[in-house]
Amino acid sequence: MLSQRIQQLRKESRNAVNTISAERAVLLTEFYRQPTTATLSIPLQRAGSFAYILRNKSIYIGKDELIVGERGPAPKATPTYPEISLHTIHDLEMLHQRPKVSYSVDEAVKTIYQEQIIPFWEGKTQRDRIFNVLPQEWKTAYAAGVFTEFQEQRAPGHTVAGKDVFRTGMLDFMAEIQAVKFTLPHTSVDQLDELEAMEKTAQALIVFAQRHVEQLKVLLSQSTTEQRKNELLDMIKVCERVPAHAPETFHEALQHYWFIHVGVITELNPWDSFNPGRLDQHLYPFYQKELTAGTLTEAWAAELLQAFWVKFNNHPAPPKVGVTALESNTYTDFALINLGGLTEEGDDAVNELSFLILDVIEEMRLLQPSSMVQISRKNPDDFVKRALKITKTGFGQPSFFNTDAIIKELLAQGKSIEDARNGGASGCVETGAFGTEAYTLSGYFNLNKVLELTMNNGFDARTQMQIGLKTGEVSTFVSFEAFYEAFEQQLNHFINIKLTGNNAIEKCFADAMPAPFLSLLINDCIANAKDYNAGGARYNTSYVQGVGLGSITDSLSSIKKWVFDEKKINFNSLLGVLQTNFEGTLDWQQRFIYESPKWGNNNEQADQHALNVFESFYAAVNGKPSYRGGVFRINLLPTTSHVYFGSVTGAMPDGRLAGKPLSEGISPVQGADTNGPVAVLQSAAKIDHLRTGGTLLNQKFTPEFFDGEVAISNLTALVRTYFRLNGHHIQFNVVNASTLRDAQKHPEMHRDLIVRVAGYSDYFNDLGTDLQDEIILRTAQDGW
Amino acid sequence: MKGLVFDIRSFSVHDGPGIRTTVFMKGCPLRCSWCHNPESQQSFPEMAKTYKRIGDMTIECTQTIGYTIDSSEILRRSKDDMPFFEESGGGITLSGGEPLMQPTFTLFLLKAAKKMGIHSALDTSGFANPEIFNSVSREADLVLFDLKLADDFNHQHHVGQSNSLILNNLRGLDKSKQRYFIRIPLIPETTDTTQNLEGLYAILRNLRSVERIDLLPFHHIGKSKYERLGKEYEFQNIGNYDRLKSERIKDFFSGLAAKVTIGG
Repeated sequence: MLSQRIQQLRKESRNAVNTISAERAVLLTEFYRQPTTATLSIPLQRAGSFAYILRNKSIYIGKDELIVGERGPAPKATPTYPEISLHTIHDLEMLHQRPKVSYSVDEAVKTIYQEQIIPFWEGKTQRDRIFNVLPQEWKTAYAAGVFTEFQEQRAPGHTVAGKDVFRTGMLDFMAEIQAVKFTLPHTSVDQLDELEAMEKTAQALIVFAQRHVEQLKVLLSQSTTEQRKNELLDMIKVCERVPAHAPETFHEALQHYWFIHVGVITELNPWDSFNPGRLDQHLYPFYQKELTAGTLTEAWAAELLQAFWVKFNNHPAPPKVGVTALESNTYTDFALINLGGLTEEGDDAVNELSFLILDVIEEMRLLQPSSMVQISRKNPDDFVKRALKITKTGFGQPSFFNTDAIIKELLAQGKSIEDARNGGASGCVETGAFGTEAYTLSGYFNLNKVLELTMNNGFDARTQMQIGLKTGEVSTFVSFEAFYEAFEQQLNHFINIKLTGNNAIEKCFADAMPAPFLSLLINDCIANAKDYNAGGARYNTSYVQGVGLGSITDSLSSIKKWVFDEKKINFNSLLGVLQTNFEGTLDWQQRFIYESPKWGNNNEQADQHALNVFESFYAAVNGKPSYRGGVFRINLLPTTSHVYFGSVTGAMPDGRLAGKPLSEGISPVQGADTNGPVAVLQSAAKIDHLRTGGTLLNQKFTPEFFDGEVAISNLTALVRTYFRLNGHHIQFNVVNASTLRDAQKHPEMHRDLIVRVAGYSDYFNDLGTDLQDEIILRTAQDGW
Repeated sequence: MKGLVFDIRSFSVHDGPGIRTTVFMKGCPLRCSWCHNPESQQSFPEMAKTYKRIGDMTIECTQTIGYTIDSSEILRRSKDDMPFFEESGGGITLSGGEPLMQPTFTLFLLKAAKKMGIHSALDTSGFANPEIFNSVSREADLVLFDLKLADDFNHQHHVGQSNSLILNNLRGLDKSKQRYFIRIPLIPETTDTTQNLEGLYAILRNLRSVERIDLLPFHHIGKSKYERLGKEYEFQNIGNYDRLKSERIKDFFSGLAAKVTIGG
């Protein structure tokens, strides 16, 4: 049961309107306008602006809050980052008006933008720099929807706090910097500037905390109740200690991280925001110590965690526009709390706090932060079952990750065993060595668009441009293998364009947009005297995320079956069918949907295509050097890009109409998996997850499927088996009545929806309407 | 070795313990009036209507229900499913229809499963020649034995056959060392009458080695199948079984040594 305070804070957070705040943009511009700023080196400009913002931004402390610190002047007041990407007045109006993921923008903000922000930053943003250096072929492919670009409106992030962040104060970082200054052999001016910049940002965060202390003292003087006075006194003590010093109590540890979190997302707008990572591991020493000493109760620890949860929910993603908004159309900023897994020594890491945090997740039921459980062979079934029971409540959290696979993935990338065990997954499903790795996602890659271009000899019908190679008209392919070879050529062509662009962008960030504060937090930026954005971290990985594996598999499967194996249609005629969007050729659409082998059914004929595409994509990307001194790797996840990519891709031989969404992650095409969850997992496990940096698999169930201990045991076994087969991640979508109603209206989109009927399970589509109606009623009663 | 089946389902979680792959064999000697798998009855492939939906359009097609499959194909699939069986304590279930209508095929599969280390369950109506029943059921790790009506006249009326053979096989099963569960379908005003429940109780009381009794409440899933097959359904307008009533019946059987469950 949530306390009155938490109920109130939670309600305020949920009800807060997402607004745009011009405060950061104004302070940033003021700083850059100062004549002295131009005389500073770039790292010192960045550190100076960070310090200036934290020294001058308004301090918000909500009524009865326990954890303090807001990025904006109030919850969900979201700053902008004009040095990265400058919003036009039109952008601001659009953000205000758009029906989905809108941000309220008032007239004052628009006026400030018009008079101060736009005139100063126009032509000088990171986005301008990037588009100035990107080659024309990159821009053409980008416009056609072959790929997206994460760093076009946001800074590189995708990193996670390691254990050191919870054991180190800003003063300790500063001492470390001093030590490095004297030990670096040939310290260059650049390195000294970078170190000095890092030092300044550490100092700036202490000042930011001190400003909270002052504000808390004001509140103390106004407070009327003893209870609140005591709380404020505690909070003053906490904020006087952290982040300057390493935390010593549970409360300090949470507040310490939160100041750091606000620091990271104020310095720049990294994608993803920032992430406390293995929260149950980091907090456990504090929890255990205080519980033994009698200075903390389980209930108070839970309340502090709940207050901490609210802070994440107060911070939506910075506003995205254009393609960036389409590929990630959500307020979520992807802080993903990791629970469970293994300790650095390789033992079962699940502890009492893991379970307590699961309770918090269930009770808070907030979109942010996201949460996941790491499941190793060594973790107890109890832990998996507890997590499944939360999943059953139907809000998609927590998701399930395979620790043993993540460790193998990281080892295969050359990480030490300790760094691998300290790792996990962040964002959606991305594997990383927490606290030691800069692993940035560079953008989604539209595999199906490349297939479409191959069928059209490199010509894009939508933009009416020859954007790919001329690999041959379809009529010239004598075998499926010859056609697939042409696809591989196109794939390599576009991957090379993407990687060339990525390196140009990485150079832009290394040169012009260092992140000295973030660099403090990720080893070994200080020791290397090198910025996070310039390759200062111990490990540097740049990912390209493949999208639409299910769709492309089913399309290749159709081409092979109907054109080459059974020769029921020649390739040219098939192209005609697609070009007319199945107009008048419903028979072919029906055959493609119902009679071609499909991914997700443990069908060898279909699955072989997925393996081929995986290998081609892997070979095109993996191991290529990146500008930051790391390498490029692949992962397979979509966020919402499968909808965007679908919108720019014509009708395909999997039976999909032009413009409709593609399949997501490594999941089957919506409705194509008709042989149950076991078959889906068997197909999904055929690709080599261990050579990726993460794959995403979605499974849809109704709540009845999770009813009772036997059902939970069987689902536990299902997860365990997938992980035994080296699957990386699985999430359960436990659906409610509205989805089922939609399933009645659009059954073809829900062919994979499984429902509990009466003592057994079946596909929703296979049921008569009356039974469907009855199940909808049942689910509505169980719903919320 | 070939057999006639109408479906093979993985992730069956109610036909025995754990995650199971159930082979539904086609052909049944009984004609239970409430049967929810009418496509299982005939021992030959049948045509049924099916609907393919594309966008807002629904296309009516015909579909053949039932196909011949080689045992090697079933075993290959079972091998694929083994990790799921191992993690969950599951295995394969041979169901139907009546698997004992295809005794050689069923026996072959049970023996092969044993050889592969796969747990097997035989879901049977018990209506089979005792020699066949004994020789086949002994190869399964678990027998799921259906018990419907105690009174022979009623049995003949609703199921189409006498229950004497079934009860005889049940007594034999009980004397053997075979692990088995009893499965009782709860059919409104048919198997759930006080008279029948008391009759079943009397039979169950005399059994010594029944491990569990699963009550299977009526559900109207069968209705659309009858329509698709173009068959009449006596239970056309009967809804799903009342939850409280099944709880009461569970209580009724609770005096027996075996554990009683609803739904299995």
